[in-house]
Amino acid sequence: MQGLIFAIIAVVFAPVAGGLLAGLDRRVTAWMQSRQGPPIMQAIYDAAKLFGKEKLVVNRWQILCAWVYLIAAAMSVGLFFAQADLLIIFFVQAAGAVFLVMGALSARSPYSQIGAQRELIQILTYEPMLILVFVSMYLVVGSFNVSDILAYESPLIAKLPLMFIVLGYALTIKLRKSPFDFSTSHHGHQELVKGVLTEYSGPFLALIEVAHWYETVLILGVTALFWATSWYWMLLLLVCVYFAELLIDNTMARMTWRWMLRYVWGIGLALSFINFIWLYAR
Amino acid sequence: MFKGFIDKSRAKSPWIMHFDCGSCNGCDIETLACLTPLYDVERFGIINVGNPKHADVLLVTGCVNHRNKSVLRNIYEQMPSPKAVIAIGACGLTGGIFRDCYNVVGGVDKVIPVDVYVPGCPARPEAIIDGVVEALNLFQQKQAG
Ligand code: SF4
Repeated sequence: MQGLIFAIIAVVFAPVAGGLLAGLDRRVTAWMQSRQGPPIMQAIYDAAKLFGKEKLVVNRWQILCAWVYLIAAAMSVGLFFAQADLLIIFFVQAAGAVFLVMGALSARSPYSQIGAQRELIQILTYEPMLILVFVSMYLVVGSFNVSDILAYESPLIAKLPLMFIVLGYALTIKLRKSPFDFSTSHHGHQELVKGVLTEYSGPFLALIEVAHWYETVLILGVTALFWATSWYWMLLLLVCVYFAELLIDNTMARMTWRWMLRYVWGIGLALSFINFIWLYAR
Repeated sequence: MFKGFIDKSRAKSPWIMHFDCGSCNGCDIETLACLTPLYDVERFGIINVGNPKHADVLLVTGCVNHRNKSVLRNIYEQMPSPKAVIAIGACGLTGGIFRDCYNVVGGVDKVIPVDVYVPGCPARPEAIIDGVVEALNLFQQKQAG
C-alpha cells in the first residue's frame, strides 16, 4: 500500500522535477558558453506550447508509439519508487525505448530513419551496461529488489566503484549528451536535423519530451542507489554526477556510432569484469 | 487555467525555422548572428530548430524566384499552426535589388502570408530579434487550429 502511494507521488512529480532539471541543464550550459541562457522553467514552457499546437501526424503509428513510450517511462518510474524489482523496471523501460524507435521508423523521412537506426544502436549499447550494473548490485546485496538495496547497510559505491563509472556511460547516452548524442540532441544537428524526433510534432513531441524527463529521473534514481545510506551524500552524489555530465557535454565533440559501440562496450565490459573479480577476491 | 498557461508558454518558447530563399547571404549571416553569445536569443526561449514540423516562426530571407516558391510554400504548409512568418531584408520584403531580374517573383508575401516585415539591407540582428518579439504579440491573439 505504501509502495503504491510512493509510486503515484513519483509519477505525478517526476515530470516536474525532470522539466526543472532540463531547464537548469540549459541554464548551466549557457553559463559555460558565457551566455545568459533561458529561464529555469523553459523546458516546461516548451512542452506546454507543444501541447497547444495543431496535431499533425504522418500516420497513426506515431500516436500509439508516443503514448506507449510515455506510459512505459512513467510506469518504470512508478515501479522504481514503489521499490519493485530492478529487472521488471529494466524491461518496462526497454520496451518503451523500442516504441520510440518504431514510431520514427514508421515515417519514410530519411532523417527519422537514420535517427531511428542510430537510436537502436544507442539502446543496444547502454542496455547491456544497465543490466551489468543491476547484476553487480545483485552480487553485493543478494536481491534485485530496490527495497533490499535501499536497506543495505553500507554505500554500494565503496564496493562497486567501477560499476558506477559504467552507469555513467549509460547515463550520458540516455541523457543524449555529447559525445554520444548522435540519434538526436537538444539542438538540431547539421546533418540529421532532429534525428529520431524529426517526424514527431506538436503534442506528440511533447509526450516524448515528458517521457524523456521520466527516464532522466529513473536513471538518476538508479545512480542514487549507489549511496542510499544517507540523504546528504546521495544528494551530493547526484549533483556531482549531473555537473560532470554537463562538463562532458560541453567539452566533447560528437563521435560516430562505431566508436561508441567499441569504446563503451570495451571499457564497460573491462570495468565490469575487474569489479566482479574484485568482489570475489575480497 | 491550463489553457492560460499554454497561451503564456506560446510567447515564451518561439522555435524558429530559417529559410534562405535566395538571399545574397548578408541577411542570413545577420540572422545567425542572433544565435551567438553576444545576442543570445535563447534567453527568450528562441531555438533554431531547422525543422518545419517543430517550428512556430518562419524566418525568410531573400527574394522568391520561380524555382523556390514551391519549396517555400511546402515548408510553410508543413508547419503546424499557430504559426507566424517574418520576412527579413529588403529582398524578403519586395525583391529588393533583385526585383527586376527575369527569374524573380518578388517579396515573400507574393507566395505565403507574412505577419512581420523587418527592413534593412542587411537587416540588423537587433531588428530581427525585434521582429520575432513582434510576432510573439501576434501569437497572443492567434488561436490554435
Ligand atoms: S536585403 Fe540586402 S543583405 Fe539581405 S539578402 Fe537582400 S541584398 Fe542581401
